Amino acid sequence: MISSSSNISSRSKGDYLLSGTVRLLALMAGGLLLLVVSFLIHESWPALQHIGFWRFFSDPDWYPTEDSYQLTPMIWGTIWATAGSVLLASPLGILSALFCHFYAPPLLSRWYRRMVELLAGIPSVVFGFWGLVVLVPLIGRWHPPGPSLLAGILILTLMIIPTIMLVAHASIAHVPVAYIHSASALGLSRWSMIWHIILPTTKVGLLTGILLGLARALGETMAVLMVCGNVVRTPSHLFDPIRTLTANIALEMAYALGDHRAALFVSGLLLMGLVVLFVSMAEGLRHRNTYVATK
Amino acid sequence: MPRARNPATVFLICLFCVCALLGQFPAEAKEEQLVITGSSTMAPLVSEMGKRFESLHTGTRIDVQAGGSSRGIADVLNGLADIGMASRALKAQENDLYGVVIAHDGVTVILHSNNPIQALTDDQIKGIYIGVITNWKTVGGLDAPITVVNKAEGRSTLELFLHYFTLSNRDIKAHVVIGDNEQGIKTVAGNPHAIGYVSIGTAQYDATHGVPIRLLPLRNIPATLKTVREGTFPLSRPLTLVTKSSPAGLMKIFIDFARSSQVHDLILKQYFVPLQG
Repeated sequence: MISSSSNISSRSKGDYLLSGTVRLLALMAGGLLLLVVSFLIHESWPALQHIGFWRFFSDPDWYPTEDSYQLTPMIWGTIWATAGSVLLASPLGILSALFCHFYAPPLLSRWYRRMVELLAGIPSVVFGFWGLVVLVPLIGRWHPPGPSLLAGILILTLMIIPTIMLVAHASIAHVPVAYIHSASALGLSRWSMIWHIILPTTKVGLLTGILLGLARALGETMAVLMVCGNVVRTPSHLFDPIRTLTANIALEMAYALGDHRAALFVSGLLLMGLVVLFVSMAEGLRHRNTYVATK
Repeated sequence: MPRARNPATVFLICLFCVCALLGQFPAEAKEEQLVITGSSTMAPLVSEMGKRFESLHTGTRIDVQAGGSSRGIADVLNGLADIGMASRALKAQENDLYGVVIAHDGVTVILHSNNPIQALTDDQIKGIYIGVITNWKTVGGLDAPITVVNKAEGRSTLELFLHYFTLSNRDIKAHVVIGDNEQGIKTVAGNPHAIGYVSIGTAQYDATHGVPIRLLPLRNIPATLKTVREGTFPLSRPLTLVTKSSPAGLMKIFIDFARSSQVHDLILKQYFVPLQG
């Protein structure tokens, strides 16, 4: 809203109303996060008390109804699936953004970006369903049984490409036009301009996009639940089935009671820890100066 | 030309709408309500029964939530639900609860329909699930590795299966662990070398609707609605409504309704087996 007052520091009544409401909402959003974390701690407290924190790493395996609660294979499953998908999706997403900006004709570029935005809007359960009926049988024909770490990585890659691409696109759009004009004036080729000017300038933005994609992959539940096989075992190769921490919660929560239920909240707590770690990394990078001097 | 609205106005209008919607709810609280929770196998059926019951008894509301048999029984014990749904008979230590059987369900072993195997003995199925038999060749099929599909912990289908084959979940060497019946059927339908087990109702419904799966007989008894109804199919279970005290009032009216012939078509439609044929 543009105030009719000529001086932007003089506030109208509407401004006070708006700022009050917005502050209240911000407080609510912040409070909600605290509430979720304290709820997680509260719900997992019985497990931390009865079972103890270290048994989640030292127990022989995960059979919660038989009092055995090892979470390590699921932590590995989560990390491998996330790492694999980020490794695949980052180059694809960044290259798509570069293609959009510097190589594609404007009309194609606009439609291409619309389609990627649409891809970002597809619900995860649809990706999961497609994975279950198309991708998993395909992998199964190649290397049975099919539901595997590989299937999870591929589905997650599809899901986080839009995040990485759109953030990369936005940060490339923020490169000062003067840089690009200077590059043209110097007669640099398109590729050397991208390699020596665009990529170094947008490094921080690209990293932020990758970390956001990573956080999304880390938290994804339905799709990985449907394609990963969900066997609790540390994967030794790409065709091994895995269970992620999120899938563990979704699979067993509806049927869990007592310590089993609390143990599932512990896996939620671990997951929350991983997400917080990555999001704060993304925030730390975002707050650094975007336009660092380049050589 | 569209009228310009400032964000604060738009926001306040939205807020007002939300408040107005929230304000609607207390008006409905006067209805008589039954909360039913439990078995995910029974929830769709009981939910359909609830809808028919509501239309016959105005001013009642039947709220059905799925969450597993154990949850249904726990909710009844804690007073969170009026009626629990358990897709098994009550256990000995649950004697203080009242259980009423409304229908039967069978659990069946399923294969992909391209798998030439027509029947397996109990020992063969057990051997496959504990990882002693790992290739279809061993039981007279193709030379292909077997994909074992198991259920996630806490599901009553798993409990029934383990109980029948006298196994512990730890013994099972699974390649895929699934949540609900549909996911199990999709997994087997997508893999010609898989073996899984699901509710007969769901399996038969999908098999007759073109999903490429085959229901295996057990001890030479075919897995059909008929054998489950007769009680001859070995791997079957009663669908039970559970209450904390002897049912009275609206609870009794609903449970009698669920056992009556008025809901036979609903039970058959879900491929469960009504009490009388």
